[in-house]
Amino acid sequence: MLNAVVKPVAPNMYRYDEFDAQFVSERVNQFAGQVARRLTGELTEDQFKPLRLMNGLYLQLHAYMLRIAVPYGTLSSKQMRKLAHIARTYDKDFGHFTTRTNLQFNWIKLVDVPQILRELADVEMHCIQTSGNCVRNITADQFAGATDEEIEDPRPLAEIIRQWSSLHPEFTFLARKFKIAVGACEQDRAAMQYHDMAVQVVKNAQGRIGYKVMAGGGMGRTPYIAHVMREFVEREDILAYLEAVLRVYNQDSRRDNIHKQRIKILINTIGPEEMRRRVAREFEELKRMGTLQLPQEELDRITAYFAPPQFETGLPDTIPEAGPDFANWAKTNVHKHRAPGYAIATITLKTPGQVPGDASADQMDVIADLMDQFSVGEVRVTHEQNLVLPHVRKKDLPAIYARLKELDFASPNAGLITDIIACPGLDYCDLANARSIPIAQKIARRFEDLDRQHDIGELKIKISGCINACGHHHAGHIGILGVDKKGVEFYQLQLGGSGAEDASIGEIMGPGFTEREIADAVERVVNVYLKRRQPGERFLDTYRRLGMAPFKDAAYEKEAA
Amino acid sequence: MLTANRLRDGDVLYRKGDGWVLMLADGDVYADQASADAALAAATAELVRNEFVAPYLFEVREVNGKIKPVKEREIIRAAGPTVHPHTGKQAGQINA
Amino acid sequence: MTKLINFSNKEVGGAYTQDNFAPVADDAALPEGPVLVSLARFQKERETLLERNTPIGVKLQAGENPELLGDDVNRLSLVALEFPKFRDGRAFSWARMLRTRLGFSGEIRAVGDFLYDQVNYQHRVGFNAWEVPDTFTLEMFNRALTEMTNVYQPSTDGKKTIRELRAGG
Repeated sequence: MLNAVVKPVAPNMYRYDEFDAQFVSERVNQFAGQVARRLTGELTEDQFKPLRLMNGLYLQLHAYMLRIAVPYGTLSSKQMRKLAHIARTYDKDFGHFTTRTNLQFNWIKLVDVPQILRELADVEMHCIQTSGNCVRNITADQFAGATDEEIEDPRPLAEIIRQWSSLHPEFTFLARKFKIAVGACEQDRAAMQYHDMAVQVVKNAQGRIGYKVMAGGGMGRTPYIAHVMREFVEREDILAYLEAVLRVYNQDSRRDNIHKQRIKILINTIGPEEMRRRVAREFEELKRMGTLQLPQEELDRITAYFAPPQFETGLPDTIPEAGPDFANWAKTNVHKHRAPGYAIATITLKTPGQVPGDASADQMDVIADLMDQFSVGEVRVTHEQNLVLPHVRKKDLPAIYARLKELDFASPNAGLITDIIACPGLDYCDLANARSIPIAQKIARRFEDLDRQHDIGELKIKISGCINACGHHHAGHIGILGVDKKGVEFYQLQLGGSGAEDASIGEIMGPGFTEREIADAVERVVNVYLKRRQPGERFLDTYRRLGMAPFKDAAYEKEAA
Repeated sequence: MLTANRLRDGDVLYRKGDGWVLMLADGDVYADQASADAALAAATAELVRNEFVAPYLFEVREVNGKIKPVKEREIIRAAGPTVHPHTGKQAGQINA
Repeated sequence: MTKLINFSNKEVGGAYTQDNFAPVADDAALPEGPVLVSLARFQKERETLLERNTPIGVKLQAGENPELLGDDVNRLSLVALEFPKFRDGRAFSWARMLRTRLGFSGEIRAVGDFLYDQVNYQHRVGFNAWEVPDTFTLEMFNRALTEMTNVYQPSTDGKKTIRELRAGG
């Protein structure tokens, strides 16, 4: 229930000025015109489809799906409340947080979309370029601005990239989608190496801050880990460098086979060395032209929007005692904050049995209250379909936990086996071959026991309902891919993937398992780890040491290991 | 059977005669490939009406006297998401 | 069947114009006057074409990089860039390349399958002529160029970006 005394807090994040507001408003009018032309038939579906995709609107199994951009995963409480309102007014009272930190609504009507977009524009939100063959939402480390592990907050750069890539005249009809992630630590919480392009804030030997640019990562049919394009790009050169990469991609990518049109294919076909050479040529030219140079004043101006909140001083710097349940939750879901007395709290939307990443309109409203009350009005969406309250006082953690329990979002499982990523799958998605959500629910319930979960430790399960890999199964310590075998849903296991700084692609185990068998198979695999692990080893480490064989033997054995 | 999505709201449609119905149980079943193809051709010609999009044929069979899709995808499409049984046609949420 | 729209400046807007270039198939004889030929033909009969002292246009397919025109590019009056399917956006980069790297100042014409909604992007990257179906009116063309008042990124059109406007430019 809404707490009537909660005062809305406006967090430090990018705010639209008149130019941004006008841009979004005109875009909405443009799309409204396109919808009207579609309804009269002036536009055929074939012509309309790329236009609606570039405004985030898919036609799915049951209805239209609208994907709302959450730039670098950052939301204000006002925005969260608006999302709840849209869920109530135009959908079925819930939304889904995605692996690209966006929000999806599944039951949208085409005729409502212009009005929905206007309502979103009221709170500085939009659906621009959340689909289509263009630059997509820019994602970032969910701990940005709060962790002491980063060189600086990467979100100002993400905002600059977002603006530069919005309706870019040259790159709006690329060969395929183009996903960019930014980070600023060695710890990769944004799965940077699986992106088409990633920018990491780094320091060079002289201590100067610049950017490492990587490109050519991707999931899907043919997963790849990104290659480094340049170890150090000067701050003022970054947009020129990124544009150079996009230009080479737009010019040189294949256009004859939809499965071979991501930049990962181009780079792995011509080789990273040749790619770097082509990019360098475009980059040198752009640098000489000078129009894309990023002045320090502009970087400073945008950075000012993201200034850290006024942290209180003199706060107690220990996590309070508040019972064993709270202690369990604090163990997994609370992370170190850069400011004394503060912490980063993760809200896992993964209570066993729940649909991963879903939140009801009521839950969104309560989360908005929590944001205002405890986290300076701010929340972050993670690519693992969870939420993060970035700036909470340690002394408030028990109260936050109590409220999360009321919400049924208090599962102490961040990064544990029940913190499963699952795409919407065949329950919703037009592209899917198999359902993924019920599998996630089944597995989560199987491993529900808390002691067991904590004993197993970090184990990232990721489930995709088809080869498009929206569930990021290639990056799962245990990855599960749903396939259609003669009309029956089968599930293939992959082991040893990672989307963190130790990025690796999971190895396919072998023939798939039925829906009835898959949880058992996963359990047998986990049991091998428990039996053979060495002190300090996570599942991933044991797998990397032992290889596939013992896990495969166990998985296909009918008796429990 | 022949299915499509309604343009204005994306709702799942099933062909019946020259028109469309919302529930699979009410739709026409084509006994042979020829009549199915003819229905698809007729629907394709009607795309210019801008009432529906993406018509396609799918297989059904009779199970205990009821018409049931062969593929899981069409079963889910006809009823609604299995993970939210309170939503969709299975829950009586029909947009007339 | 099709019309040609060209655009010289904002004040005038789009205008229907006569297409003076005769498209010539690779195996057909060259008529008098301005001709539009394929890249393959231009490369093969370059001497002949340049000697004629009449305007030459070359039509590039989507996969044909304008650098293949070499130093001859500025002896051409027209480069037509093909959109085989509107989804194929390579020509946006080719137009930009023609204007900037190759310094081409002649007519860059959009031909083939493109949408009304792409016209503004085409204009920004350097197209200044469009071969459009009869149903495509000047009103539509001029509207396409004005739907979005401002832009975030610089392009070939030199239009002031939002950043420059913010700085009081």
